Amino acid sequence: MVHQYKNNGYNIVLDVNSGAVHMVDELCYDVITVLNEYQQDLADADLILSHVLDKLSSKYDQEALTEAVQEIMEVTAQGRLFTKDVYRDYIGEVVKRKTVVKALCLHIAHDCNLACKYCFAEEGEYHGRRALMSLETGKKAIDFLIQNSGTRRNLEVDFFGGEPLMNWQVVKDIVAYGRAQEQGHNKHFRFTLTTNGVLLNDEVQEFVNREMDNVVISLDGRKEVNDSMRPFRNGRGSYDLIVPKFQRLAKSRNQERYYIRGTFTKNNRDFSEDVMHFAELGFQQISIEPVVGEVTDPYALQQEDLPKVFEEYDKLAKFIIKKEKAGDGFNFFHFMIDLEGGPCVAKRLSGCGAGTEYMAVTPWGDFYPCHQFVGQEEFLMGNVDVGIKEFQLAEQFRGCNVYTKEKCLNCFAKFYCSGGCMANAYNFGGSIYDAYDVGCEMQRKRVECAIMIKAALSE
Amino acid sequence: MKHIKTLNTQTLNQTVKKGGCGECQTSCQSACKTSCTVGNQVCEQKK
Repeated sequence: MVHQYKNNGYNIVLDVNSGAVHMVDELCYDVITVLNEYQQDLADADLILSHVLDKLSSKYDQEALTEAVQEIMEVTAQGRLFTKDVYRDYIGEVVKRKTVVKALCLHIAHDCNLACKYCFAEEGEYHGRRALMSLETGKKAIDFLIQNSGTRRNLEVDFFGGEPLMNWQVVKDIVAYGRAQEQGHNKHFRFTLTTNGVLLNDEVQEFVNREMDNVVISLDGRKEVNDSMRPFRNGRGSYDLIVPKFQRLAKSRNQERYYIRGTFTKNNRDFSEDVMHFAELGFQQISIEPVVGEVTDPYALQQEDLPKVFEEYDKLAKFIIKKEKAGDGFNFFHFMIDLEGGPCVAKRLSGCGAGTEYMAVTPWGDFYPCHQFVGQEEFLMGNVDVGIKEFQLAEQFRGCNVYTKEKCLNCFAKFYCSGGCMANAYNFGGSIYDAYDVGCEMQRKRVECAIMIKAALSE
Repeated sequence: MKHIKTLNTQTLNQTVKKGGCGECQTSCQSACKTSCTVGNQVCEQKK
């Protein structure tokens, strides 16, 4: 499968199965289009040339066309163009592989001190009651992770909510408990924290910098954008209180190992301005993601919003190139792509790991496939006392990949999103084997922009 | 080459044999939490 597109003056050709990316001139782009539509085997060079000349000699010089065809044949022979899908035979191995649990998302607090209007956790309560995780439950979760992680050394634990700083002492105690288990079990915990920053203070910052591998700090961008969607429960905006704390935290971590993470909605489709605002505030690790909401939510992004969203991604990509070339660059999470390395095929085929390698734990110790399924009883998998009980559910998640999702089969971005978010697929399509169409379109656009940025920076 | 500039030297299929150690980060633990972005994850062996 070959995907071609033009963006920001670049003609880009992505060979999907090998992951090879080529920048080509206009003539070569047209030749590849012709060959992409040519349903014959590309082994016969004479036949191919004759076909190309037949289609394009009225537009281009014959000698140049011959030269381009030769180059295309050379790259094809190197296994970097028109490669076949060799992973379909490999997927069985990936699905059957022995997996271990390697990450838990601990819902330390089902409570929040903000009342964000788009919160999928319903202001922290997740279709249920307000609750805080006890240290005892947290310890059992850590024990479960150690016991079910096989020989994997690096284990990830995210402190999530609601707002985890509302149960801060338990966070610290769980970290201490985890650290105490490391040596005896040959494990290393990578703790992360996702916080809105309201309760962030010097003591929290010092602990976080010492113990947390990554911190995700939530803010939506410009003051008016943030405050309209992320107010306190009394309606007051949160921007003024939080921004100085986040700036201090980011600086204290040398602008590394954190993400300032925002959500854009229909209300700020000009979200590139919010990313630029973060950059102006001095943040260097930035993520702003599209909201995921019910179709009926007034802020939800719909099909009709996509042209504007795409325009903004293009604008943002150009801004990032400009900043990078000026030596003043920053990372935008969704445009990060490693064309030389990046994840192996097994990782790309196995997806996010929800329900198999990754699970969420509620304050009272129930397991769900991920944080987004929490509160949906049909996805309850077990708990910290009895372990995983719903093995059939776990198998459904294990078997969900780009080859079992019909919508992924012919998508050029399938090895970058790995089939997308299963919670979104379920919420919009009624099955984890479906896909969230609007989300897919945005994902494809982001992959195109990310590759274009690489092309621009390679010059 | 005159018409084609290839941006990467590694190809995905080269990782079929040596990949799959499973030590890499879980994607939703990084920054997303509402989408699935695997392509930008770092391979633990290449760190």
